[in-house]
Amino acid sequence: MKKFFVILTLFISSIASAGTLIVNSNQSGAESSAALKQYIADFEAANPDVKVVLNEFESESYKVAIRNFLTSETPDVALWFAGNRMKFFVDQDLFRDVSDVWEEYGLYDSMASSRLSVTVDDKQYGVPWGYYQWGMYYRTDIFDKVGLSVPTNFEELVAACSTLRENNITPVAIGTRYLWTAAGWFDYLNMRINGYEFHMDLTAGKVSYEDSRLDMVFDKWAELINADCYLEDHASFGWEDGLTPMINGEAAMYLLGNFITGNLNTAGVLDHIDYFQFPKIVDGVPMSEDAPTDTIHIPAGAKNIEDAKKFLGFLSNPEAATKWANARSFLSPNSNAEPPSDRFQLKGVNVLNNAYGIAQFFDRDANPDMAKTAMEGFQEFMVKPDREAKIRARVEKERERIHGPL
Amino acid sequence: MTFWERNQLKLAPFLFLSPAVGLFLIFVIYPIADSIWVSFHEWSGVNRYALDDEGNLKNFKWVGLDNYIYLFTNDDEFYVAVFNNIKWFFFSLIAIPFGILLALFLNQQILGIRWVKSFFYFPFVINAVVIGIVFTWFYNPKYGSLTYLLGFFGMEPFPILSDENYATYGIIVASLFPGIAYTMIIYITGLTAVSKDMIEAGRIDGASGFTMFWNIILPQLRPATLIAVVVTIVGALRSFDLIAVMTGGGPWGSTNVLAYKMYEDSLFNFRMGYGASTAVILFILMDIYIAWFLYRLFKRESTEK
Repeated sequence: MKKFFVILTLFISSIASAGTLIVNSNQSGAESSAALKQYIADFEAANPDVKVVLNEFESESYKVAIRNFLTSETPDVALWFAGNRMKFFVDQDLFRDVSDVWEEYGLYDSMASSRLSVTVDDKQYGVPWGYYQWGMYYRTDIFDKVGLSVPTNFEELVAACSTLRENNITPVAIGTRYLWTAAGWFDYLNMRINGYEFHMDLTAGKVSYEDSRLDMVFDKWAELINADCYLEDHASFGWEDGLTPMINGEAAMYLLGNFITGNLNTAGVLDHIDYFQFPKIVDGVPMSEDAPTDTIHIPAGAKNIEDAKKFLGFLSNPEAATKWANARSFLSPNSNAEPPSDRFQLKGVNVLNNAYGIAQFFDRDANPDMAKTAMEGFQEFMVKPDREAKIRARVEKERERIHGPL
Repeated sequence: MTFWERNQLKLAPFLFLSPAVGLFLIFVIYPIADSIWVSFHEWSGVNRYALDDEGNLKNFKWVGLDNYIYLFTNDDEFYVAVFNNIKWFFFSLIAIPFGILLALFLNQQILGIRWVKSFFYFPFVINAVVIGIVFTWFYNPKYGSLTYLLGFFGMEPFPILSDENYATYGIIVASLFPGIAYTMIIYITGLTAVSKDMIEAGRIDGASGFTMFWNIILPQLRPATLIAVVVTIVGALRSFDLIAVMTGGGPWGSTNVLAYKMYEDSLFNFRMGYGASTAVILFILMDIYIAWFLYRLFKRESTEK
């Protein structure tokens, strides 16, 4: 028994000793986990005196767990998301200001384009490790068969829907059961009609959901719904179920993030898939994009801050940054990283470099409770467009509760 | 005589009870009391005891009855949830007659009946999450087997789980699958206690078939019915897992129930206080039901004596 305690004490002290870095991760899929472990291995090789202990969580349960571990069993590094999701913890003083890491590792130069996504009150609270573009993924073979070209404006998109319907093809695949896929459509319609600044004000709760400028967004959306663009019964399907018709060649397009290429690749249809940017709607509104950014942070209660800073700063290493992002088909925010060779990533780089503004995504830009009510509204609108007034009134009521009267 | 020797008999019961009472206090009473306390506050679920510069709790703010007032006057979803709970309350009772029927059917002495019984009991052993997923596939309007079944009868497929009028019933049907198995096993046990003499006496008096069942067997199954009703209704009131798996409260919140609403408000919307107030309402509803039930139970027992 005594021996046991000696071993236990040794074990505990070895954990607590400097040089151990505890990292909590939400990268739970096999591919995601392997990508992070590769980064950790490279980090350990570059810093032989640091030993990383990795705690992996399933990504959904991580969202609940993070609030507990940030206040109790604090790790030294936590993976999370940029934008409002990060700001929530910054406002609670749970993430550490890492502006010094940005300074020391020259991230203000190499990651200039992503700086705003981790900035609150001019201070940086995390380092991004990857982001990905959203856009329309479509089946080139179906487009060729029915003689369609890529729509460049809204009218062509609506026309494409009717052409595809005439050929018994579902124009747009979607599964809205988990709501967020519907928010993608809202994001793009709003950014193409009212522009980036308005969209960011809206998600920040500074604009009413009953504002007349949103009328056109819902009108245009209703136009798509009435043109029978969307997959029938989409509220029954998760996003992956919604993808099945597209894999089977029964549906032509899907508005989603670049992670869709992973599923299409597994299904063996990636050769028939291509990407186009969401078409413009109103002339003169500059093109902005959704590009959710994934980040790493140092919790305020971290113990091994020195090594945690090294861990974040290691993303300035172009090679390690490239490997991590590429393993996930993400883009690296590090401008020194090797440019991607994958054709979808290349198109993404091109679209995002020319974008006027980059939004995180509706449920990352808006408060969690706001996002939930609004996205339920979007789902309902896509099934029952005639309830528009009722839905917008309900969403506005929630906005007023959270952000106060205007 | 030492203190211990003098008082041994008096103290022993308390000492034996203390572990159970202690655990009960820590894991049942304390969380209930704390939930009630939290329901009077506004709290995001983070850092409850953090202080601001003046030494006040900065994340845990007293709001009095505000959460309850908002719940009752401003939250349409709350009424949807209560109404769905009522649906669950009544329709989940369908499991009981089916349970009796199955129990009667399986209450025979033939070769291999134990195996057959265990097959019928199987749904209750399966995890609710698995049942939820299987039924979601079954209902899938594009590739689900229900669509093929309906097509066989020349009917159009319809999306049960994404139709606000049918979704709750779709989930209740899924809950009947393990529910029937559970009530069946209660009745099978109950049937072994049915007095053979009474059945024979009934037979001599000319009772058979339904009369026999209604007047002689069913009254003797009353203890089993009691348990079946309690378990089914408590299960219905706290229904959560199937909803989480099958619809997530959707489409647009139409399948929400109190238990799921509480979970979503507190854990996903960062509104611990508000979620706690929903939890307190659910707690009160269950208490009223259980109190009424125990009252009837004791009343009946005292008249029977």
